[in-house]
Amino acid sequence: MNSSAQNAPAPAVTPASSYKAVRAKKRSLSRLKEPALAYLFLAPSILLFGLFLLYPLMRSLYLSLFLTDPRGHIAAYVGFDNFRQLLTSSSFWSSLAVTGKFALITVPGGLLLGLIMSALAHSRLKGMWIFQFIFSLPLALSVSTSAVIWMMLFHPTLGMFNYFLDLAGFPAVQWLTDPKWALLSISVMTIWMNSGFNFIVLLSGLQGIPEDMYDSAKVDGAGPVRTFVRIILPLLSPVVFFLTVVSLIGAFQAFGQMHILTKGGPAGSTEVLVYSIYKEAFVNYQFGTGSAMAIVLFVLIMILTLIQFTLVEKKVHYQ
Amino acid sequence: MTLPLPLRKSAVYLLLCLMALFIVYPLLYTFLSVFMTPEETNQFPPKLLPSSLYLGSLEAVIDLIPVGRFILNSFLVSGLVMIGQLITASLAAYAFAFISFRGKAIWFAVFLSTMMIPWEVTMIPNFLLIKSWNWLDTYPGLVFPFLASAFGVFLLRQFYLQLPKELFEAAKMDGCGHLRYFANIVLPLSRPGLATLAVYVFLNTWNMYLWPLLITNTAEMRTVQIGVSMLQFEEFTAWNIVLSGVALVLLPSLLLIVLGLKQLVRGLTAGAVKG
Repeated sequence: MNSSAQNAPAPAVTPASSYKAVRAKKRSLSRLKEPALAYLFLAPSILLFGLFLLYPLMRSLYLSLFLTDPRGHIAAYVGFDNFRQLLTSSSFWSSLAVTGKFALITVPGGLLLGLIMSALAHSRLKGMWIFQFIFSLPLALSVSTSAVIWMMLFHPTLGMFNYFLDLAGFPAVQWLTDPKWALLSISVMTIWMNSGFNFIVLLSGLQGIPEDMYDSAKVDGAGPVRTFVRIILPLLSPVVFFLTVVSLIGAFQAFGQMHILTKGGPAGSTEVLVYSIYKEAFVNYQFGTGSAMAIVLFVLIMILTLIQFTLVEKKVHYQ
Repeated sequence: MTLPLPLRKSAVYLLLCLMALFIVYPLLYTFLSVFMTPEETNQFPPKLLPSSLYLGSLEAVIDLIPVGRFILNSFLVSGLVMIGQLITASLAAYAFAFISFRGKAIWFAVFLSTMMIPWEVTMIPNFLLIKSWNWLDTYPGLVFPFLASAFGVFLLRQFYLQLPKELFEAAKMDGCGHLRYFANIVLPLSRPGLATLAVYVFLNTWNMYLWPLLITNTAEMRTVQIGVSMLQFEEFTAWNIVLSGVALVLLPSLLLIVLGLKQLVRGLTAGAVKG
């Protein structure tokens, strides 16, 4: 309605040319205002990123070169001593090793479980929606609720796991207090906690693969397992790759399950990197060395992200 | 190895049921324990089913810790972060999608790079900053650091870019300015995207653990996640009380999953399936 009025020829009183000029002027005015408007729209985000992300990152770098008093004030400049100290400390290397082991169990384990769950639940059998719903349920879990539930399941005398072991005729296992088992127990709990996310991402990846891919494989007489490994898996590789990197980064950020279940013990066997940072900064009040550890974490995750960006274009099969 | 079809079908169902059992068992165990009496939970061999609908542990957990307060805190914090991110992200995404200005590429790269900074790396300076503002144990301390997210900006930008170009041209012809176009056309049309971001952010904030652990000290300011883990630190012999607490905390997020699964799936897969 509005447009018909504007598109109508200009009244004879005003020459067409001047009308055009007015419009052009108006337009250039609004165009001048455009960048200002853009920055106005970006301003809240930029301000918040600067204040709570970029400035703290710089501040972390800065703090990592100093020793601090327990209130967080700078006490002495020590240069790279914090880093030198870290690299010669066996507990730091041990926490790196624990983090690596944790990632090596949870990332492939979670992927495998997710692949099997999504492949089966994607079949065209009856009642699949029930399984799809059940497999999505862990999305609701938080690290603290999951950890508390599994604390009960892991209980040495009254827990369900030892009860089942007992039924099957095996001796009881000290799930969380035996250094041989603690990290594995936490990893299994973590795989369970993350299974919803892995399932959803892989299932939607599978749903994106055209039906005729399956049909043509069937015509060739390939069995379901071979079809999946030979044809579907390569097509799914971008999604699998995305999930690998995201879970790896997630594994490097793990904290809550260790804090609730084991406090990093027994004998440091579950003390991951973020737990070490937490302990150094918020238990021992060493904000300087804590920041140095945080910088190491940053570099490690940066490397993982860069690998994602460079490899994703080359190695991965896109449709 | 090609099995006959009926056999193959039952094998698939069997595997599915086994995995469903692994996924659902800990949850089932939690919700069944809520209705068990203290004696039942401490029995050996453990009981699988409660013998009656016992509500004593729910009452006990409500008496023992201020669960209502924890839930209120978490709702407030998650709600405020959600609203904040919807505002900041929808504005920034509009600038990136529809306005041409100098330095757009650079700012886009800056936004992208913030996604690479893990939050744990910045937690020490953030803690010291919040402390120096006397924001420990306050709602602003829990809310402000999370009001903007690059993920939200990219998600909504993607939605905006899918709106038909002609719409923008037509609106411009009508002399519709950016502000009106944003408020009257773009926002209403990208409701699915906004809903996705809302569900995703709410759930993430509701489930947050480390930050509330660092900056809350008093029971009045604790969020549900901290409250529930504190239950387990105190020496309780009655697990059903602890698990009743867990069940109460899980209920809202499970409800959110049931109601908003579609939105959530779209949010989670935004990064994976080509963006």
